[in-house]
Amino acid sequence: MATRNARLGMGLFVVYLVLYGTYVFLNAFSAQTMEATPFAGINLAILFGFGLIIAALVLSLVYGAICTAGDSTSQEKEADL
Amino acid sequence: MIYEASPLAVVVFFLFVGVTLGLSFFLGKKAQSSEGYFAAHSQIPWFVNGIAFAGDYLSAASFLGICGMISFFGYDGFLYSIGFLAGWIVALFVVAEPLKRLGQFTFADALDSQFQSRGIKLAAGVSTLAVSVFYLIPQMVGAGVLIQPLLGFDHYVGVLIVGTTVILIVVSAGMVSTTWVQFIKGSLLVIFSALLTIMILARGFQVPKENEFFRTLGPVDLASGTLASDVGTLLRASAPQETVTRIIDPVDNSDEPQLVVVNVPGEPQSVWSAAQRGETTYLVEAQTHVVVDGKEIVNGKEKGTKKGEPELKPIGHLSRLPGGVQETGGLGPLEFLSTLQQSEIVLWGKKTSDLEHPKTTIYYQKPTLGKDVLRPGTHPKFKGIQSNKTIDKINFLSLMLALFCGTASLPHILIRYYTVKDGASARKSTIVGIASIGFFYILTLFLGLGAMTSGALDVTNSNMAAPLLAKSMADWLFAIISAIAFTTVLGTVSGLILASSGAVTHDLLKNVLGYQFSEDDQVRVAKISSVVVGAIAIVLGILFEGLNVGYLVGWAFSVAASANLPSLLMLLFWKRTTSQGIIAAILVGMISSLAWILLSGDTFSTIYGMSADDAWVPFDQPGLVTIPLGFLTLVIVSLLTQPRDKSGRANA
Repeated sequence: MATRNARLGMGLFVVYLVLYGTYVFLNAFSAQTMEATPFAGINLAILFGFGLIIAALVLSLVYGAICTAGDSTSQEKEADL
Repeated sequence: MIYEASPLAVVVFFLFVGVTLGLSFFLGKKAQSSEGYFAAHSQIPWFVNGIAFAGDYLSAASFLGICGMISFFGYDGFLYSIGFLAGWIVALFVVAEPLKRLGQFTFADALDSQFQSRGIKLAAGVSTLAVSVFYLIPQMVGAGVLIQPLLGFDHYVGVLIVGTTVILIVVSAGMVSTTWVQFIKGSLLVIFSALLTIMILARGFQVPKENEFFRTLGPVDLASGTLASDVGTLLRASAPQETVTRIIDPVDNSDEPQLVVVNVPGEPQSVWSAAQRGETTYLVEAQTHVVVDGKEIVNGKEKGTKKGEPELKPIGHLSRLPGGVQETGGLGPLEFLSTLQQSEIVLWGKKTSDLEHPKTTIYYQKPTLGKDVLRPGTHPKFKGIQSNKTIDKINFLSLMLALFCGTASLPHILIRYYTVKDGASARKSTIVGIASIGFFYILTLFLGLGAMTSGALDVTNSNMAAPLLAKSMADWLFAIISAIAFTTVLGTVSGLILASSGAVTHDLLKNVLGYQFSEDDQVRVAKISSVVVGAIAIVLGILFEGLNVGYLVGWAFSVAASANLPSLLMLLFWKRTTSQGIIAAILVGMISSLAWILLSGDTFSTIYGMSADDAWVPFDQPGLVTIPLGFLTLVIVSLLTQPRDKSGRANA
């Protein structure tokens, strides 16, 4: 069970790493891209930033939900044995 | 600026701090054993622990430093918000559950759980101490910053008050009370920041009338021979022809304006910056500040002690709103950002020059388009983003890497995993932590931008932005926000001191030097070490007064990530890790990152008072070099020290 959580954690970590990495590298090497205003007159720098914060929350909730589901099924299995 | 204590603020403040302390004394009675002192008997409910994470994490750096940086430079402070939050992903997905399974009280326990090596305990204990002390500096600086406008005391008095109070909390209580203090404070911080944000949105933006805060003279012709007498006439000097002007040209390749120093007979010296409006040039008022023989001279006069006497004027206003309107009225959150995007804001530049007194600091107005304020790269530390210099870009990447890796390596965050009962609770409390911290970090952008346009900021000190913003709304709000920020500092500092005293007592004295303590003695020794660490923190907090606390925390993250993360991750995920590899990685990571910081241009210019060009290292942020160096050291040393008889862990 612990290894399953660890594998799931790693997967989600990689997803976030890619998002964060994209943000940091866009800032560093293509700063003009961040100045575009694709939505509601707000620039990409702010939208991406908010997006990263929301993504962190969403991913952590997904992780929590799957792990908790895993906890309860493994407990049920133990109870069956 | 002159700070005067308001009676209401003082009463609310002491009430708040008194309740917090009372609570910790009350709860602390339950925690007499070492189990209770360091780990709260692992009985803290996960939700409380989660909010306490937020309480621990949202330190003076987040609240004072980030808001201050955004209010002075725009978007760049928000980069810290994003980096600080992203670090939690590492903590949750990679570190939380395994760490909970491995350890007992401290980070060193977890690292050493499979080796029983005194060397690991020594290295981990020392690195915990180093990181904690580094992290304590900005907290103490923040404490001084808060006390100043609230009670009117000097910086060092504030640091002393906080230091003493925290030592009292830690000595009297330990982890149980620290956790509850953090829970209360974490909740209040998020709630009142949300309230403040709503008030900012309801207030909207206003453009002050011409000459309402700062005077404008003109038009003038800087190249004409009659500039001095023209300025004299515009200033309505009694004898305009006796006015003397001197032009200070900008440094090459900078965006500084030309500055004009004006001496009018019988009046203090004044400085103005040239501003273009279409084809014509105007002069706009600048401010000056210098300390001569212990006395502060502001705008050419000796600084007063009461309101109405000479002081630097508060800053933070817009020069233009879209559509040329004077005020917007209430705005929605998205509308707030898009309106600012199309406005023009007066930021302030800073330059040191020899005027009447040598080395006077000149603060000059720098009208900046909203779209430039809301993009990354305005702050001098982040200029790499907008420049083509590779070294600046590397410096930026290095910082963002350290922020990402630092959270999961901070000792006072790691010890919080030992206060809940199991891995699942550790996970749940991290999720609660991420939710509340993330919400707060979204608010930081509004708080910072609200402060930027509040007309209430102190041009000499960005750390003061959030409390001054609250003061511009209402005195009671200012008192509450200051009290929360003060308990923020108290809470974070007590967490750090607790982590350090755990490192000293449990790791260094007991496990490395082999002292056998009775339960009572162990707690007593921990308390004595708390007092010592607290005293060190007080001294450092006084020394580092002038630095932005957010920036200082960035350094603490670099040291934490370089020293602790490689060994923590490799222990969890690489089976051939040896104890010698861990020891080497911790020492190399810690020493190299500390050395890098001490030899960087920033430290040269701000601490030693030397030129940044003399620095020994090419860029300021160590993370990009020292974190991989830690990993590399661990791998090489581990491979060289594989157990030969295959009975070691490599075979386990």
